[in-house]
Amino acid sequence: MSKKILEVNALESEAIYIFREVVVQFERPVLLFSGGKDSITLVRLAQKAFYPAKIPFPLLHIDTGHNFPETIEFRDKLVRDLGLELIVRKVQDNIDNGKVKEEKGRYASRNILQTETLLDAIEEFDFDACIGGARRDEEKARAKERIFSVRDDFGQWDEKNQRPELFDMLNGRIELGQNVRVFPISNWTELDVWSYIKKEQLEIPSIYFAHKRKTFVRDGFIWSVNDEFVYRDEYEEIIERIVRFRTVGDMSCTAAVISDASTIEKVVEEIKDSSISERGARIDDSRSEAAMEKRKQQGYF
Amino acid sequence: MEVLKIATAGSVDDGKSTLIGRLLYDTKSLTMDKLKAIEEKSKQRGFDYLDFSLATDGLIAEREQGITIDVAHIYFSTPAKSFIIADSPGHVEYTRNMVTGASNSQVSIILVDARNGVVEQTCRHFFINNLLKIKEVIVAVNKMDLVNFSEEKFQSIKNEIYYLATKSDFESQKITFIPISALNGDNVVKKSTEMSWYQGETLLHYLENIDPTQINENTKARFPVQTVIRPKTAEYHDFRAYAGKIYGDSFSIGDPILVLPSLTKSTIKNIYFFDQEFDTALSGSSVSITLTDDVNVSRGDMIVKIDEIPTISKDLEATICWMDKEPLQNSQKYLLKHGVNDVQAKITHLSTILKTDFSGIEENPTVLTLNQIGDIQLKVNKPLFFDTYKKHKYNGAFILINPKTNNTVGVGFIK
Repeated sequence: MSKKILEVNALESEAIYIFREVVVQFERPVLLFSGGKDSITLVRLAQKAFYPAKIPFPLLHIDTGHNFPETIEFRDKLVRDLGLELIVRKVQDNIDNGKVKEEKGRYASRNILQTETLLDAIEEFDFDACIGGARRDEEKARAKERIFSVRDDFGQWDEKNQRPELFDMLNGRIELGQNVRVFPISNWTELDVWSYIKKEQLEIPSIYFAHKRKTFVRDGFIWSVNDEFVYRDEYEEIIERIVRFRTVGDMSCTAAVISDASTIEKVVEEIKDSSISERGARIDDSRSEAAMEKRKQQGYF
Repeated sequence: MEVLKIATAGSVDDGKSTLIGRLLYDTKSLTMDKLKAIEEKSKQRGFDYLDFSLATDGLIAEREQGITIDVAHIYFSTPAKSFIIADSPGHVEYTRNMVTGASNSQVSIILVDARNGVVEQTCRHFFINNLLKIKEVIVAVNKMDLVNFSEEKFQSIKNEIYYLATKSDFESQKITFIPISALNGDNVVKKSTEMSWYQGETLLHYLENIDPTQINENTKARFPVQTVIRPKTAEYHDFRAYAGKIYGDSFSIGDPILVLPSLTKSTIKNIYFFDQEFDTALSGSSVSITLTDDVNVSRGDMIVKIDEIPTISKDLEATICWMDKEPLQNSQKYLLKHGVNDVQAKITHLSTILKTDFSGIEENPTVLTLNQIGDIQLKVNKPLFFDTYKKHKYNGAFILINPKTNNTVGVGFIK
C-alpha cells in the first residue's frame, strides 16, 4: 500500500499556525466577518486549525446597513451550517443615537462609520484580538502591516512604532486596554485566495459571479443602482449590465466590473489576466493616496 | 503554487526600487491603476522616469521623505512560481529591519552599484545574510549601462565579494552574480543584448529555477506543540491531539519519539490535517499529532525523534541583534520566546560588539544599543531544548521581549 504523504501548502500552514497562536495568546479573540471572500477563507482556515473541535471564537459582523442582501443571506447560512456563534453590531444604532453623523451627497458612504461601531463592540465584549482578512498585497499601507498589529484604546495604528516580527515568532503581549488585530492571510494575494476557494470548493455569495444588474457609471466606476442608499443624479443613466464584484464592501463604495465569469474556474482565469488591481474597484480608496493609512490610524480595520 | 520568499536591501541610490519596479512591470504584476498612479506622481515630482519606489513606499512619511522606513512586502508571480519580496532599507540605522526581512526569507538579493563596487552597505548585507544563514545569495551588479557593460568591472566586483566570503564561516552558502541594468531591463526579465560575455541566466529566470530542496534546510525534525486539541464532544470524547508546525524534517506514523522536557517516550499514532489522516507530514506543515501513550504534553513542549535529542540547558550563548531604543544591559531581565516556548531570561555577560564598519569587535562592552550586533551569554529559569542556529534555524533562534513595554527588543541566534 502506498504511503499517504501530506503536501506542504506554505501559506495555508502559516495561516493555521497564526490561528493557533491567537487562541493560546489571547483570552477573547473574535473573527471579523464581512461575508466577503477573504473572511470566508478565514473561516475555513480556522476550521482546519482546530478540527475536530469547533472554531473556539465567535464571528463579529459590523453591519453598515448598506450590505448587498446576498452577502447577509450567505452569512446567515454559513453560520447555521457550521454551527458558529455570530455577533452583529449595527452602524445604524450609532447614527440613531447621534454618536456618529452620516455622510450626505454624491459620495456618501458608511465605510468610515464602521470604525466607531467596531471600537464599541471591542469594548462591549472586551475582545483582545480581532482576526481580519486584510492582505498586504491589497494596498501599500497594508503592505507594512504586521501579522499581530497592536492597537491602543482608540484602536489607533502606530505605524512608525511597530514590533519587528522575526521568523514564526509572534509577540502578542499587550497591556490592559490595548488589543491586537491579527491578519492570518497577510501573505496571500488575491489570486491565492481565489485559487484556495476553488481548491476547497468553498461557497461564496452569488454577487462574486457574473449576473445581470441595474447599474450606472460615474468617474469610470460601475455603481449599483439602489434608491435607498446609493446617491444618483437623474442624468446618470441606468443600464442593465452583466457584471460581477471582485471585492465586496458596501453597495455605496464597491464598484462592479464587467465580466462574464460565471464559475469559480472562470473567476480564477479572469484574475490571472487582470490588469486592474482589486482595490481599484474600491471607491473609498480612491479618495486620496493616503486614504487607507489615515483610516487605519483612526482604528479602521 | 510554490512560494519563494526573497529579501532585498539597499538604498534608493542603488536602484533597488527600480529593480523591484522592473520585476513587477516586466512580469505584468503592476496593474494599470497602480501604474497610472506612479506615472502621475512621477510627473508631479518632475521626474522624467517612472519612480517605482512610489509603489513600495506605503507610508505617508516614507513618501514625504523619499525614503523607505519599514520592511515592505511586495508580491508578484509568474506561471512558474509566486514570489514575496521583503524589502528593507540598507543603511546602518535599519539593520534591525534587514535582519527582520532576512529572517523570513529563503533567498537574498544584494544590489551593488557597478560604478561604486563593494561599499560598507554591501558588507553589511553580506554579513547579515551570513548571520542568518541565507543559503542562496544573488549579487545583482546594477547600473552596468553606466560602466559601458564592462566585463572587467563585473569581474572585479565578483572578486571583492569572494574576498568577503573567505572571511565567512558559512561554507554551504551559494553566491551567484548577475550583471543587470534595472533602468533598461537588461538581464532582469529579458536577456541583455549588450553583454554577450555573460552566459548566465536573467535574474527572474534564476529565481524561478531555484530548487526548493537546496534552499530549505534539511535537518532534524522538531515539532513544537502550540496547543492541545480536545473537542469534548460525544463523538470525540477522548480525542486529544497536539497541534503544531513541523520544522526541519518529516514525521511519520510509527516514529518512536521523545517529549521534551519530560523525556517521556512514545510513538506517533496519527497525523491529521483537517479531516484527513496521513502517514507522513513534511517540514513546513501545520498538523495535529496523536501518540500511542497517554502522556502529559502541553504548550511549549517539543516532540522529537528518539535518537535526535537537542541540547537541553538553562545556559546559552548567542549572537544578538538589538532592536530597541533602550539598550541591552548586563544582568537585565527579559522574557525569552523560543518558538512557542516562553521563559524568563537574564543577561549574564555581554561579551563582544561588532563594529559597525565590520573592521573587528569590541571586547567587554557595557551596553548593546539599537541596531548593534553582539555576543551575549544568558541564563533562563526553565531548561530550553535548542539546537545551534547553524544546525537548525527554527530551533536555534529566539526573541527577547521587554516585560515593561511588551516590545520585541532583540533577536538571538544560538551558538
